Amino acid sequence: MGKLSFSKAMLVLGLLFLYLPMMVLVVYSFNASRLVSVWAGFSTHWYGELFRDQQILSAVWMSLRIAFYSASMAVCLGTLCAFVMTRFRGMRGRTLLSSMITAPLVMPEVITGLSLLLLFVAMAQLIGWPVDRGMATIWIAHTTFCSAYVAVVVSSRLREVDRSVEEAAMDLGCTPLKTFFVITLPVIAPALVSGWLLAFTLSLDDLVIASFVSGPGATTLPMVVFSSVRMGVSPKINALATIIILAVSIVAFIAWYWMRRAEKRRMGPR
Amino acid sequence: MIPKLIPTPVMERVRAVLFHRRVVFGIPFLWLMLFFLLPFALVLKISFSSAVMAIPPYEPVVRWVDDTFSIVLNLGNYLFLASDSLYIAAYWGSVKTAFLATVFCLLIGYPMAYAMARAPRHWQLVFLLMVMLPSWTSFLIRVYAWMGILGNQGLLNSLLLWLGVISEPLRMLNTNFAVVLGIVYAYLPFMVLPIYTNLVKLDVRLLEAASDLGCRSLTTFWRITLPLSKAGIIAGAMLVFIPAVGEFVIPELLGGPDTLMIGKVLWEEFFNNRDWPVASALAIVMLALLLIPIVFFHRFQAREMEKHG
Repeated sequence: MGKLSFSKAMLVLGLLFLYLPMMVLVVYSFNASRLVSVWAGFSTHWYGELFRDQQILSAVWMSLRIAFYSASMAVCLGTLCAFVMTRFRGMRGRTLLSSMITAPLVMPEVITGLSLLLLFVAMAQLIGWPVDRGMATIWIAHTTFCSAYVAVVVSSRLREVDRSVEEAAMDLGCTPLKTFFVITLPVIAPALVSGWLLAFTLSLDDLVIASFVSGPGATTLPMVVFSSVRMGVSPKINALATIIILAVSIVAFIAWYWMRRAEKRRMGPR
Repeated sequence: MIPKLIPTPVMERVRAVLFHRRVVFGIPFLWLMLFFLLPFALVLKISFSSAVMAIPPYEPVVRWVDDTFSIVLNLGNYLFLASDSLYIAAYWGSVKTAFLATVFCLLIGYPMAYAMARAPRHWQLVFLLMVMLPSWTSFLIRVYAWMGILGNQGLLNSLLLWLGVISEPLRMLNTNFAVVLGIVYAYLPFMVLPIYTNLVKLDVRLLEAASDLGCRSLTTFWRITLPLSKAGIIAGAMLVFIPAVGEFVIPELLGGPDTLMIGKVLWEEFFNNRDWPVASALAIVMLALLLIPIVFFHRFQAREMEKHG
């Protein structure tokens, strides 16, 4: 019993450790004073400042667009990879593909960023594209590393899928493509959604890779935040952090509610 | 060739399946060859080049000189890395910091995962989301939060001064301590999740059997639970250690002038000194250092997948 209560205490302390620093940001985003050590009363002044900052607003829009395109492409590529990893046993090149797709999971970001930049520079010399690095190059870089995460999420779902339904459809004359869209896709749809969301947040969050492959034309939100916090604590960034934490918490709450309902329906009497 | 005995519709089906398989395999394969494998070959190539004032700022490795094809491999960058103690200290600093952070992540993360796996089913979902939620918010902002807490006029120093524990502010920000703390904070969820998924699958009957046979709970833990969760511990440790070695944001924001980490040095060589060949050589050496843990991680993942597949 002693060990059990020790691990429970560690869980509570660990969660406090994870959440307290974020709570501090939320509280101080409402501080009228610029300093962290002084509480000068409640104020929403910094939110007003944030929404008047054109540089931040345009960076947010840029990041959201890149994240949307990257996540969508990563879901397509990652799902194809997941199929190869789970269904194509014994195919030549399968091992190479699966090690290439899972490598970005642990690859240090500085290496990925540097290597992709060198590729884009060499391509510009050789075929004249990309002339300017920017949204397109960030999109390619993010798609490549986000596909890895999508492949892991989707392949773990694909392994659980009952294949007899697919085989039955094929035996009844369904083409492989039609079988995929009618049978497999609806079953793995939740994994595709969570893979897309994961890829979206990863792309939105990336600083290092985007800094390497971006040009003067494209500044993403993490790049603006980084150049601002390098100078020290900034209340405007606290306000931005609060909005991000709020948005993520709402999505997480919806996910929790949805999963709980699905679980209850599965467990409950028919 | 497929024998004539097989009726045509079946052959058509076989062809269709083979065609689809080729497309499904081909698209991601070509994408990754172009945007993953080829870039590494380029890093290797440019690490043998030397820096010049040009666009791009390096000399070509392969060139035509007097109608002959020549490859000039310049080992100067690697010799330079080996001769300058700064780089060796940076590699050592990275490995040491990442190792310390991994150990602390394990010490905090394992009991957390253990408690989560033993919690009632509906609570497990809540805890799982609570552990994952911070990693969905911004990594950069979570690191930044510690700047406000650890600073000389930060929250922690103010609190300690007010309590009378210390009489003057402690220097906590811009130290190696802050870097380790930052890595533990940012990577803790990546340690908890694989251990949790492993512990939740553990057969409870084994523990019951052990206790029925008179095993004490601590002995049961050491002799059954811990060895059986080895896979989760290895996966979690690799997910923390490998990216932490190349970490740039945390040493840049929380570290001080004496913090030497290779990710930061590489960034400075590339962006401040614009020495692309030395940055490439740094990346190649870092990759060589990490190759053993990365290959180990892959083997392990592949074996786990085969087991459950």
